[in-house]
Amino acid sequence: MFNTANLSALVAGDRQADRVVPPTGFTAQLTLFAAAAMAFLAVFALALSLAAGRLADRWGDALARSATIRIVAPLDQRGAQTDAALSILQTTKGVQSARALSDAEQQALLAPWFGPDLALDTLPVPRLIEVIETAEGMDPAGLRLRLAAEVPGAVLDDHSRWREPLVQAASRLRLLGWMSIVLIAAAVAAMITLAANAALAANAQVIAVLRLVGARDDYIARAFIRRFTLRAFWGAVTGTVLGLLAVLLLPSASDAGGFLTGLGFQGIHWLWPILIPFLAGAVAFAATGAAARRTLKELA
Amino acid sequence: MIELENVAYSYGGGELLSDISLKLAPGSFHFLTGPSGAGKTTLMKLCYGALLPTAGHIRLFGADVRGLDRDDIAVVRRRVGVVHQDVQFLDHLSVTDNISLPLMVSGRQAETQSGDLGELMSWVGLTNRADALPPELSGGERQRAALARAVIMSPDVVLADEPTGNIDWEMSQRLLRLLIELNKMGKTVLIATHDLSLIRATKAHVQARVLRIANRRIQLAGADL
Ligand SMILES: Nc1ncnc2c1ncn2[C@@H]1O[C@H](COP(=O)(O)OP(=O)(O)OP(=O)(O)O)[C@@H](O)[C@H]1O
Ligand SMILES: [Mg+2]
Repeated sequence: MFNTANLSALVAGDRQADRVVPPTGFTAQLTLFAAAAMAFLAVFALALSLAAGRLADRWGDALARSATIRIVAPLDQRGAQTDAALSILQTTKGVQSARALSDAEQQALLAPWFGPDLALDTLPVPRLIEVIETAEGMDPAGLRLRLAAEVPGAVLDDHSRWREPLVQAASRLRLLGWMSIVLIAAAVAAMITLAANAALAANAQVIAVLRLVGARDDYIARAFIRRFTLRAFWGAVTGTVLGLLAVLLLPSASDAGGFLTGLGFQGIHWLWPILIPFLAGAVAFAATGAAARRTLKELA
Repeated sequence: MIELENVAYSYGGGELLSDISLKLAPGSFHFLTGPSGAGKTTLMKLCYGALLPTAGHIRLFGADVRGLDRDDIAVVRRRVGVVHQDVQFLDHLSVTDNISLPLMVSGRQAETQSGDLGELMSWVGLTNRADALPPELSGGERQRAALARAVIMSPDVVLADEPTGNIDWEMSQRLLRLLIELNKMGKTVLIATHDLSLIRATKAHVQARVLRIANRRIQLAGADL
């Protein structure tokens, strides 16, 4: 019933067809406002989904490819055990590089807890070895066995213990973001359906007259569909622009802010919100079309 | 054009019309009379597909009405001009727009620019009310506008339900002359009216048949009119 020819007629516009349905001031404003508000929310849901997605990828990827070995040994054996562990790592499959952290680096890591004046060389602080894996990854169980045999003080931490819940949380967050977008689209559909039904009911007499003079259902429906599609579209354009401005005004990402300030769009992702008005228009088009078809079929 | 075969109709209670057989041949001119409530309007509605018969068959332009979908009905209505007893317009559009509405909705709005529309408006005497809104019209002006709207598509059949109910003798004569002229151009005309003097006046100009609804059936009225 509503094919591409109708769609192009819809975009091109038909002033005559528009005029046969009387204008409606107040409800039109409400539809515009609701579409704008939904688009504004959709921008944030989209930003959340994309940011959570980046986070999940980053944690899943970077952390999955790194591990840490702690050498817990008396001060006099620490150096020797570190060297032994490093030489084992050199012959371990799946290890791209391994390097012991220097005193200065360990000091920087501990400074937030113990202050900058900590004398590391006098304390039995474990030595840390940073292991970067190749893309294929290594076999942590096998490495643990070899380390246990030759370096008694070595503890391998492949990060999976605390990484997995984080990656999971980020993925969940991303899922929630996309679900919000689906819900927002459904809410727009519901709102447009209500508005279109109200408009169709209010114009029952107009529709009856149009039918009597030989108008097809298609023609009548188009007058309503065009209105609501354009209202939803322009409302969503406004809401999207405002939402994007709000995202732009968020403080920019920094190490200290972590996830919160990473909320926003990066690179090509800035193009995603452009889809929101078109999605709103498509939802309104379908919702009004369904409402009109249903109502018109019931009329004599 | 329009054929009824043993048609019966009931609104849910008893039968209002029974066993009606009628053929509106191309170029014919019919009057339909009968007491108020006899079913004249109902019969007209059957003729333009607004009601489906409860028994019997109706053929519009050769097709059984029961087989027509909503789009087919719309197309039938472009070929049948109807002046409704309770005329309804789009109250937010001017008289001109209302009269050219059938052209608009059938994708022929280009023709609204032609001189025919102006000519038609002056024929029904509405030229100086062209920009008025329907609620601002008098009863007679409404009926003239309704007739103009019914004939603007140059339909094959014109059905007029009490077209002269609200207008004076002078104006009803003019309307009738328009209908007679349309009939002479080959259009089929059916007019429902109570006004016997109108029927008599018309018979001087055109060969008209008079149908009367009585006792739920349709009869050809005698020459006594
Ligand atoms: N929609 C309807 N539902 C139920 N009954 C109806 C309906 N429309 C008309 N009627 C009844 O059917 C009967 C015939 O109505 P109709 O309008 O056809 O009469 P009419 O001959 O045109 O009368 P008039 O000369 O007063 O216009 C009337 O008794 C009327 O009350
Ligand atoms: Mg009547």
